[in-house]
Amino acid sequence: MSTPYRIKGRTGDWELVMGLEVHAQVISQSKLFSGASTLFGAEPNANVSFVDAGFPGMLPVINGVCVEQAIKTGLGLNAVINTTSIFDRKNYFYADLPSGYQISQYQQPIVGEGWLDIELEDGSTKRIGIERLHLEQDAGKSIHDQHPTKSYVDLNRAGVALMEIVSKPDLSAPFEAAAYIKKLRGILRALGTCDGNMEEGNLRCDVNVSVRKPGAPLGTRCEIKNVNSVRFVVQAIEFEAARQIEILEDGGTIRQETRLYDSAKGETRSMRGKENAHDYRYFPDPDLLPLMIPQAQIDRIRAAMPELPEARRKRFVTQYGVAPQDALLLAEENDIAAYFEEAAKGATDAKLLASWAVGELFAALNKAGTGIENSPLSPARLRGLVELISNGTISGRIAKDVFALMLESQDEAAAIVEAKGLRQVSDTGALEKAIAEVLAANPDKVTEYKSGKDKLFGFFVGAVMKATGGKANPGVVNDLLKKALG
Amino acid sequence: MSELTALSLTAAAAGIRAKKFSSVELVDAHLSAITAQNPALNAFITVTAEAAQQAAKAYDAKPTPDALLPGLPIGMKDLFCTKGVRTTAASKILGNFIPPYESTVSANLAAAGAITVGKLNLDEFAMGSANITSAYGAVKNPLKANDDTALCRVPGGSSGGSASAVKAGLCLAATGTDTGGSIRQPAAFCGIVGLKPTYGRCSRWGIIAFASSLDQAGPMTRTVTDAALMLRAMAGFDPKDSTSVDTPVPDYTAAIGQSIKGKRIGLPKEYRLDGTAPAVLAMWDKAAQALREAGAEVVEVSLPHTAYALPTYYIIAPAEASSNLARYDGVRFGARVDGDTLDHLYENTRAAGFGAEVQRRILIGTYVLSAGYYDAYYLKAQKVRALIARDFSEAFKSVDALLTPTAPTEAFRLGEEPKDPVAMYLNDVFTIPASLAGVPALALPGGYADNGLPLGVQLIGNHWQEETLLSIGAVLEQAL
Repeated sequence: MSTPYRIKGRTGDWELVMGLEVHAQVISQSKLFSGASTLFGAEPNANVSFVDAGFPGMLPVINGVCVEQAIKTGLGLNAVINTTSIFDRKNYFYADLPSGYQISQYQQPIVGEGWLDIELEDGSTKRIGIERLHLEQDAGKSIHDQHPTKSYVDLNRAGVALMEIVSKPDLSAPFEAAAYIKKLRGILRALGTCDGNMEEGNLRCDVNVSVRKPGAPLGTRCEIKNVNSVRFVVQAIEFEAARQIEILEDGGTIRQETRLYDSAKGETRSMRGKENAHDYRYFPDPDLLPLMIPQAQIDRIRAAMPELPEARRKRFVTQYGVAPQDALLLAEENDIAAYFEEAAKGATDAKLLASWAVGELFAALNKAGTGIENSPLSPARLRGLVELISNGTISGRIAKDVFALMLESQDEAAAIVEAKGLRQVSDTGALEKAIAEVLAANPDKVTEYKSGKDKLFGFFVGAVMKATGGKANPGVVNDLLKKALG
Repeated sequence: MSELTALSLTAAAAGIRAKKFSSVELVDAHLSAITAQNPALNAFITVTAEAAQQAAKAYDAKPTPDALLPGLPIGMKDLFCTKGVRTTAASKILGNFIPPYESTVSANLAAAGAITVGKLNLDEFAMGSANITSAYGAVKNPLKANDDTALCRVPGGSSGGSASAVKAGLCLAATGTDTGGSIRQPAAFCGIVGLKPTYGRCSRWGIIAFASSLDQAGPMTRTVTDAALMLRAMAGFDPKDSTSVDTPVPDYTAAIGQSIKGKRIGLPKEYRLDGTAPAVLAMWDKAAQALREAGAEVVEVSLPHTAYALPTYYIIAPAEASSNLARYDGVRFGARVDGDTLDHLYENTRAAGFGAEVQRRILIGTYVLSAGYYDAYYLKAQKVRALIARDFSEAFKSVDALLTPTAPTEAFRLGEEPKDPVAMYLNDVFTIPASLAGVPALALPGGYADNGLPLGVQLIGNHWQEETLLSIGAVLEQAL
């Protein structure tokens, strides 16, 4: 068990209680209730059907793909799939809400309770409850800065399917909130149900924050709307917790309200209080029948579920012997995991291969600002390089040079080693000669070593390696040196 | 009425097929009737004479005699979106809205050969029982009572334009929509036939919504056979309407002329209401007697929750309407009255665009859905609705159809309608229960009031039993 997260105030320690509402845009070709495209980045109002624009007499028809995606996500969150769920209308007026209501799910969502586990800093895990997941329409976008007195409306996003995933108030540290979002995003991506791209807005986050003295009853919460990066979530929570603690320690009370996070100023500010909360007048949408999901459909989706990052991480450790920290990084994303598994095919030392992927390859990708899909090394080329280390052809140090050369060419590692003469020297005759020369050149050091200065051994190894241009097999050098200094 | 405008839809179809007259002649006869009579009746909001004549010419040039409605002129309630033709819902708020799409029902009718001569007046957004709430003016009933010196009677509503036009011979038949009686009550007031099909029988796609869980399109015709013919052309499964039901459309006309011997007909005792005109009760008894004479067995049945139908309806329908009409906000289509903020734009647009009755229902609907009132009103109403539906399913275990009056009175004089909105709502007391239950109901002429105005009788059937209603209705039509 890790130490509980506490915030030090003037009056003592405070505890954070948080829940997250994540809006995840469903991956599908068309919108939740219309055939319009969901493609990102189209010209304003290019992807709008008469249904999306709320024209008279237009009716919604549920998109079966979005339902499948919600079921899949629910199963990925270990959640109950409700075989009957209801679409409700959430009524409010706004220029980018064409029908005057959003079709959502209120009392009977498609997915019920579930959970996911997050990894804490000390390596332990914490289970975070999922309250529900429901399907709903996104609104359009109002643009206020294009005209001095008028607003523009872009309805491309209006009607796009969202999954609202609501956690239980089980999060008690900014780090946990970040870990929760990352974990959730990894699951959504692995399932192919949401891109999880917060910059494009297809994963958005509302955070409910309250504070209390440890063990005290729940405090009044504030909801921070639309925080659009993991970093901002952490910052918003830290700011909001400090704000609430200051008010309480000054003898004040927290007003239940909706707040906005201003990432430029790094602060939250009030949007509207509870007394100004909308009355959404939810009621079942009479244009849509209850959504009935046959158990057979749930079973079919369950049988075809892809492996999730957590299961994959565990498998990488047991199947390939990969170090747990490397496995975490390799298992998170589908593309990376697939790359690793392709590279590990027939590898002598998959653990070593994993550490090369996570180390040198990731560093190179970062530097180039690209992803695994544009890796300059194919899985087979990386495997070829690591094989040369495993079978003693080159040392790890030489391998780094070879890796650098591979980035600039299409050559296989073996070809580079041959061409450049980088093959590791294990020939004892040649190495004995080099050792003799090193010892002869440093008689004073030899004397010091023999009088007990053991640390100088490293100096001799380094000198021999240098004399052989780094090609000497370090293990053989060690043995021979010990004998020679004996 | 000229010879051609006096024809039934069925007879006109036969005449076209036998080449007794052309579609152009038929359409022109009706357009002439419109020109002559519409100024007095105000049944049409928009007349599409040119398009109708072109369509008639096209039909005559390339006849399709096998079509259900070959080149026959009909009227379209102005609640159906018609591609390229202004569609108003009789409201100012739609301005000069010209839909870029065609409703499924109107498209089905066109595919069956029907030619639309114009868009028919109605109560604004189909909210009303006298066709006096239209932004395009009240519609008049073409019928006069014995002591009326001029046209002064309401045609009923909301499909008042449809009923008036069909009765006056301005079109052979018309579409209507029925949410709580909007096909059947005007049919009764104008002495024609109106059929509200089972909920889900006709697609709602492209029909401007009033109350989505109740709205249903249906035919308004001069004979029961015509209603059968026209329903066949209108009905069908539509994947664009999630509440449309995928069940085959039978040849409804085959039900006409079937014997009703041995059929069991129920008279719901709760429909014998205080305040119902004696002539209406007498008509009801006479209709029951006619069915007995045709070999049916007539029994009394009970629909115990009938008294709650009207209040239930006036919670559910306004609730849905308040949400359905939120889209008329002046932002994307229709009329707009600008304001200095978005909220003012909404307020100005909706205050200027909606009439008093529509505003009243939006307010009622908004109220019953509000936090703190939802459980007491909307939720309770939904529960009562389920009980009302159960009343019907229980009754239909022992009878094939129910026989009731259509409306509690004959058509009243324009200006003499009840001033209390709730008293006005009582016009729909006999029609609302079937709407809440989603079951089909057929209204047809049943007799006359003392002043000579027609009274309507209603047959209510179980889900998908339109054929039963049509066969019984045809027998009644002969007998009464």
